[in-house]
Amino acid sequence: MLDGLLILFASFAYLCLLFAIAYYGDKRADEGRSLINNPYVYALSIAVYCTSWTFYGSVGRAASSGIDFLAIYIGPTLTFILWWVLLAKIIRISKAHRITSIADFIASRYGKSTLMGGLVTVIAVVGIMPYISLQLKAVSTSFGLLLRYPEIVMPHAHEPTSFLGDTSLVLALGLAAFAILFGTRHIDASEHHEGLVAAVAFESIIKLVAFLAVGVFVTFALYDGFGDLFARAAQHPDITQLFTAGNMGSYGQWVTLTILSMAAIVCLPRQFQVTVVENVNEGHLRKAVWLFPLYLLAINIFVLPIAFAGIMHFPSGEVHADTFVLTIPMAERQEALALLAYIGGLSAATAMVIFATIALSTMVCNDLVMPVLLRLTWLRLTERGDLTRLLLAIRRGSIVLVILLGYTYYSFIGESYALVTIGLVSFAAAAQFAPAIIGGIFWKGATHSGALTGLSLGFLLWAYTLLLPSFARSGWLPISFVEEGLFGLASLKPYALFGLEGLDHLSHSFFWSMLFNIGGLIGVSLLTGQSAIERVQASLFVDVFRHSSDQGGSRLWRGTATVADLRGLLVRFIGQGRTDRAFADYAHERGLDLAQLKEADADLVSFAERLMAGTIGAASARVMVGSVVKGEVVGIDEVMKILDETSQVIEYSHQLEQKSRELERASAELRAANERLQELDRLKDDFLTIVSHELRTPLTSIRSFSEILQDNEDLGQAERRKFLDIIIKESERLTRLIGQILDLAKMEAGRMDWRMTDVDPKTVIDDALAATSGLMTERGIRLDVELPKHLPRIHADRDRLMQVIVNLISNAVHFCDDRAGRVQVAAAADHSELRIQVVDNGPGVPRSLRSTIFEKFRQGPDIAGAKPEGTGLGLSICRQIVEHFGGRIWVDDAPESGARFTFSLPCVPARAPATAAS
Amino acid sequence: MTQSVLVVDDEPNIVLSLEFLIEQAGYEVRVAYDGEAALKAIEDYTPDLVLLDVMIPKLDGYDVCRRIRANPDWNGVRIIMLTAKGRDVEREKGIALGADDYITKPFSTRDVVDRVNRFLGPRA
Repeated sequence: MLDGLLILFASFAYLCLLFAIAYYGDKRADEGRSLINNPYVYALSIAVYCTSWTFYGSVGRAASSGIDFLAIYIGPTLTFILWWVLLAKIIRISKAHRITSIADFIASRYGKSTLMGGLVTVIAVVGIMPYISLQLKAVSTSFGLLLRYPEIVMPHAHEPTSFLGDTSLVLALGLAAFAILFGTRHIDASEHHEGLVAAVAFESIIKLVAFLAVGVFVTFALYDGFGDLFARAAQHPDITQLFTAGNMGSYGQWVTLTILSMAAIVCLPRQFQVTVVENVNEGHLRKAVWLFPLYLLAINIFVLPIAFAGIMHFPSGEVHADTFVLTIPMAERQEALALLAYIGGLSAATAMVIFATIALSTMVCNDLVMPVLLRLTWLRLTERGDLTRLLLAIRRGSIVLVILLGYTYYSFIGESYALVTIGLVSFAAAAQFAPAIIGGIFWKGATHSGALTGLSLGFLLWAYTLLLPSFARSGWLPISFVEEGLFGLASLKPYALFGLEGLDHLSHSFFWSMLFNIGGLIGVSLLTGQSAIERVQASLFVDVFRHSSDQGGSRLWRGTATVADLRGLLVRFIGQGRTDRAFADYAHERGLDLAQLKEADADLVSFAERLMAGTIGAASARVMVGSVVKGEVVGIDEVMKILDETSQVIEYSHQLEQKSRELERASAELRAANERLQELDRLKDDFLTIVSHELRTPLTSIRSFSEILQDNEDLGQAERRKFLDIIIKESERLTRLIGQILDLAKMEAGRMDWRMTDVDPKTVIDDALAATSGLMTERGIRLDVELPKHLPRIHADRDRLMQVIVNLISNAVHFCDDRAGRVQVAAAADHSELRIQVVDNGPGVPRSLRSTIFEKFRQGPDIAGAKPEGTGLGLSICRQIVEHFGGRIWVDDAPESGARFTFSLPCVPARAPATAAS
Repeated sequence: MTQSVLVVDDEPNIVLSLEFLIEQAGYEVRVAYDGEAALKAIEDYTPDLVLLDVMIPKLDGYDVCRRIRANPDWNGVRIIMLTAKGRDVEREKGIALGADDYITKPFSTRDVVDRVNRFLGPRA
């Protein structure tokens, strides 16, 4: 039997159990045997992401719009799996700077700005308000439902549902009391709330178990497993309609939801609290990266089955889909399961509310209230003794305030929206922090003004397009504002701003707020400069993995504070005990004697500032420490100088590295050039040796026979003529050789005097044949000429072209068969090139010599007695000439036997008829 | 008995002039146009002196010289190397391999005859 007392008792008992766990967790932490120092607890605590929105709302969303509830879980999964680097970087930064909240994080990045911290806090409080109201709504609805058991009656927000009066108000106050008990037992925000984390992790288990229990019951007790359930669901018209393409939510909304939730898992204040602030070991993130997505998967498995079962169970539509998780067990008279489901929902809600309010109260206290109080000099706050009690009071007050704000929102509009819709309003608000965070840790150029502009614009647009219309729709603002736009201006309609229509409300708001947020951040950052402290913080944040521990901060103090002053200051904020311990640790680590220490150096001042930042936030801590450090805070000029010096040193070392790299490169180049030179030198040497040899050889014959003729006047007439013939032939050979050497040298040096004109190749070939006809007749060689009637003109030096052809013909004559010598000269052309071939029927050129035969002094196969004709330079010159004309030359086998020399030349495009060659 | 000279060179005109000069000096002259032919000629009939050009096909003059010196039967053969490469290293290499003398082209005909005579003894 479920009656009011039992339910109330169960709820209370559950909260007591949580408290016990939290208490035990804190005790273990004090003993140094942490309960939460493992990745599983860490991952479970991150699952505070799954609130009653998940517990009740996912089923409701699935029943009303199909599977788009999944986007809310795909986003975080993507962030954790693909972007864990971002999380790792945020965690590392937060540890280095003792960050206490997301407001502290952003304020710290943008120059420890109190204004920034305050703005972030206001956005967070206003933005999270709907989210907290959602939890209140869920718990009070479930409580009201369960109270009427066994009937199933949808409760209404504003009618008293129980003997306790307004359940949600009572619940709100109860949760506030609980959060105060948990979160503000002592004042050390940057120390981890270990007990609380343990309790939240436990709650994550409870809500998962409860949800799975309902899911298993529905799937396997009411139906025969997934197959049966889905098969029946497929028959149901309402369900099939949900899953037809047109009804599955626009793709735009999918994208919006996914991106929103990607941002939310980092930017929601409570997520920042559990993931970053409460993280005890950076290494835990590595396991959480897959454990947390796994949790999300597990808690979503039964969403669709429960939604389908609910639709089939309550066909009338009277039972709200958001309550299926509870109402199905109730309808089936499963009292224990219904109670478990209720506890699960309570668990999901309390975890969120407690953590969110604690995170927000820290922000309100550190970033909103304290900075203001510290500035009000008439309060003489800086001179008061113990401030810890004041801090605690502010925090407790903030918790109550935040929860009451949530309650107010709930009473205003709670009835008009489904759970998920309310939650998404908060997501869109939290997402406004993403540009400032991501820009802040990856882009040093992001400035305070830029972030302030972006955040303000984003927040204003969010409020205008999402928050205010929700008030209007609930009747708290004139509805004309939504329907006709502000002042009746259509372009200011909050759901169709500047005429943008066709998007769902959320995507519409997301688009405009992000456009202005990111645009403001980037645009204003580019236009404005940074102060010194901003520049230092920007560099410390962006390059956190490069900076060794926390050295950067101490540069900003040129401290002449006394240790006593610093101590006094710290005692006032964090208490005597912690101050003593911290100073003892500090002295111990550095091997200092605390008793001897009178003057605090910059290092100690920084240490004190960080310690205090852990309690009151970076911005306030800076102001407070500034009040006791005598001798001013290091001036802007000086900071700039320090930064400049550092950057100069870095720049200088970069230059040095660069120079040494350049030197290495240059010396490598020199080495290569030297080798090349030596190679060239050797080649030149070889060339000279060969030239010398080639010149001396004919000279030897000439001298010998001349001397013989001189010494032997009695030689016979015939012998005399023979010797004179030799002398003449060798002289010719010598002349030819010298000419060729000069030609080659000129060509290689690029000093050849080319007379390039358009040439008719046919006339050149004819002239070459005429020039060599005597030689051929002399050797009894048969000549075949194959020339087409017309050959295209080419661009060449006529004499040199003739030289090539004559040379090839001479070679052919020289090497062709001794007895039945045959030489063939042929030419052919296509549209792009002209080919001229000279073929002989001699021994041919062996394959191995075909590439080297065109090099200088490389002669063909040795034939005894054939020497005097060849200089070893002819083919080399031919190649130089042909290549100069843009063609190439090669040798292969003639079709029958012998060698076939071919050279190709590019044709002159057939434009105007060219003038005749010279 | 007439002393025998083998002329080895691949330049026919040089061979012709040397042949004329050495015959005129009263020796029996045979000719070879490459290294292998030279060794074959020496095997057929051992000459008293070889006029050996360095740049000849198949086996070059240095190899021929080395082979002659490697065979004890040919100990008595005098070798005069001829070369158109005028560098000192070539000369030293020839001498190191066992050549008796070294003449650079283009040569003086009287000088060649004088040197041959010096090795083989003046003939009438």
